[in-house]
Amino acid sequence: MSLQPTDTHVATQWAYDSPLIACRFDPQGRFAFSSAEDQSLQRWSLADGSKAVLKAHDSWVFALVCTADGTHVISGGGDGRLIWWPVADAAPQPARTLPAHAGWIRCLALSPDGQLLASGGNDGVVRLWNVADGSLVRELRGHDTNIYSVTFHPQGIWLLSGDLRGKIVQWTVATGEQVRTFDAKALWSYNGGQGVDFGGVRSLAVSPDGKYLAAGGLNNASNPLGAVHDPVVLRFDWESQAVVHTHIADGLKGSIWRVLFHPEGWLVGVSGGSSGGFLSFWNADKPAELHRFSLPNIARDMDFHPDQQQILTTHFDRHLRISKLTPKPA
Amino acid sequence: MDARYACRSQEHGIARRQFLGSLAAGAGAFAGGMGMFSRPGFTAELQKQQKRMLVFNMHGGLSQLESWDPKPGTATGGPFRAIPTSVPGIHISELLPYTAKQMHHLAIVRSIDTAEGDHGKGAYMMLHGRKQTPASDFPTLGAVVAKATCPETAALPGHIIVTPGGGGGRSNDASYLGPKYASLVLGGGTPPQNLARPDGLSEAMDASRNQFRKQLDDQFFARRRTARTEAYTFSYEQAQQLLAQRDVFDVTKESETDFERYGKHDLGRQCLLARRLIENGIAFVQVTHSNYDTHNENFNFHLEQLGEFDRTFATLVGDLADRGLLEHTLIVVLSEFGRTPGINPYYGRDHWGTAWSVLMGGTGIQKGAVIGKTNDNGTEVVDRKVDHGHLFHTYLSAVGVDTTDTFQIDGREQPIADPAYQPIQELLA
Repeated sequence: MSLQPTDTHVATQWAYDSPLIACRFDPQGRFAFSSAEDQSLQRWSLADGSKAVLKAHDSWVFALVCTADGTHVISGGGDGRLIWWPVADAAPQPARTLPAHAGWIRCLALSPDGQLLASGGNDGVVRLWNVADGSLVRELRGHDTNIYSVTFHPQGIWLLSGDLRGKIVQWTVATGEQVRTFDAKALWSYNGGQGVDFGGVRSLAVSPDGKYLAAGGLNNASNPLGAVHDPVVLRFDWESQAVVHTHIADGLKGSIWRVLFHPEGWLVGVSGGSSGGFLSFWNADKPAELHRFSLPNIARDMDFHPDQQQILTTHFDRHLRISKLTPKPA
Repeated sequence: MDARYACRSQEHGIARRQFLGSLAAGAGAFAGGMGMFSRPGFTAELQKQQKRMLVFNMHGGLSQLESWDPKPGTATGGPFRAIPTSVPGIHISELLPYTAKQMHHLAIVRSIDTAEGDHGKGAYMMLHGRKQTPASDFPTLGAVVAKATCPETAALPGHIIVTPGGGGGRSNDASYLGPKYASLVLGGGTPPQNLARPDGLSEAMDASRNQFRKQLDDQFFARRRTARTEAYTFSYEQAQQLLAQRDVFDVTKESETDFERYGKHDLGRQCLLARRLIENGIAFVQVTHSNYDTHNENFNFHLEQLGEFDRTFATLVGDLADRGLLEHTLIVVLSEFGRTPGINPYYGRDHWGTAWSVLMGGTGIQKGAVIGKTNDNGTEVVDRKVDHGHLFHTYLSAVGVDTTDTFQIDGREQPIADPAYQPIQELLA
């Protein structure tokens, strides 16, 4: 079935009791998971919208991944802990809890073979974990500030991590050695008047063909404390490391919270900010959007359904929304 | 010195002090008003005690929930946890682990309701103890403390504000107390200008020049001596004392070890300068840390700002305690207001004057005290509501000022603090 970004529409929405933060689909398409400002996770049944609330963290959960076999969802919290939750239990309780980082865990990624979990956070260290037993495989040190994003290359050979000041490091997974760095400082600024660092590599994604690296975040931060900044994505050529395009969402104010490459070839970014919440679609041939879809409220995270036809988003207005890329039923 | 005034009138006595104040302020003109306590004996005693005050102005509005009144696990609590402190039972935000270890020197007021969410108005209230009105102006806290605790003949300024950047110079914040008590602003911690002799003027030449001036003064005084001429002479002596003590402002004299301990950033250097100023008897020092006006990404920005503040501030508190200076120095960490318990769509917190906190410690303050309480999610004060007026009385009482006293201004009595308020007595040692 050929998909058209212009067909995007909100098909389902479910409300929770607290503003939502992160979200992921499970790889078998049974559940959606989200986290909220009340420190809990929510498991939503895609069949009927019923939910279970999972509580064990004593901070917000900023990052989620589902294991490749669909048995567990792993959460990373502001309490520095990783928690493995059995997905299918009626009332899931933590199956494994690891003190993983000093300070917040901001990002998680699963290796393409499903064996390794990468985590990053405020201690500036990337850690690789064995998904099966939770053992620490390796520590990767090369950032000197908060790590905001991690992602594996589709071939599984390399891991990429991005930080607050726009440094992206490419690591060899097998050895932990740094291969090279990408310069994404355009996503960071220091405002001397306000005395704050702002921006960062909020999200990383590598195209399925390995040709591009996308780094999402913000720029033009004229007033960081007042939320005046623009969502932007840098598209790097993987080989040359040159920035091929600075993808913009003309006229919008906000941040890109996640970028993903869709199998149809689009780069999709979710943004939230004073303009609202949006899904932006870009092609590789130009910086401007191919299409923009306006979500009902400020968005904070996004994931693709395994069928690649549905997009999950979390929102400040306490709603989880599923938007479909297929034509809206008459 | 046996003064032989041509006229011994009270007006000349007042004029002398006005003149001194103006010269010390660099204004070169007479002050518009005159400040003196109605109980001068008390003032003299206070000046002997060498009380000092160190204020941290958390510019923009520090979040009470990310500092002194955390509400973890509630809808308003945000992602940060609370940690225990050196005082059993008192928890503060995990963003302040070093300060937590100094809590036995400190106290928290958690029940402030100023009902003001405007930056300018809030700042005025917190630093003047009164609401701003078009019809009146009042001296700022620093001016009052300097007036109350500094000898009239002090060479060094009694009221210094260290800002993160910008220029220096004198402010106009002393109102009727006159420019002598206005703040000397050290932009970026830079020493005042013109403290060193010009390059072309050797020490010997300068000494010779001063000797010649004294000769002329003595000849003049032999014929006529007035309060004004005496003040004129004293201003030179005062300037010489200030030049002789210019190292007070030179933070580079501090050790490399201390720079490491305080942190190699602007706030670290400025706090080291603040310690140096307090050690050298400056009555009132205010350090501004900016910026906390976090409408956007409140948690990321508090992580950064308090990450810088915590270790530096805690090191300073520890140093003042170790050196015995905390017995004489009041420390206050304040803002113009707090931040909303509600978290906005941008992970921010907005302006909030309804239920927020201030940290205090040092001379005159009960160690480890917590005054007042907010409700479970921090949206309102439920015990011992206070505001800027109570706090102003409390600060001054802690440094020994009788806040029921008045300034005599051009024959009129001006209450030192708003008579409608009293100090928070249970917070005073």
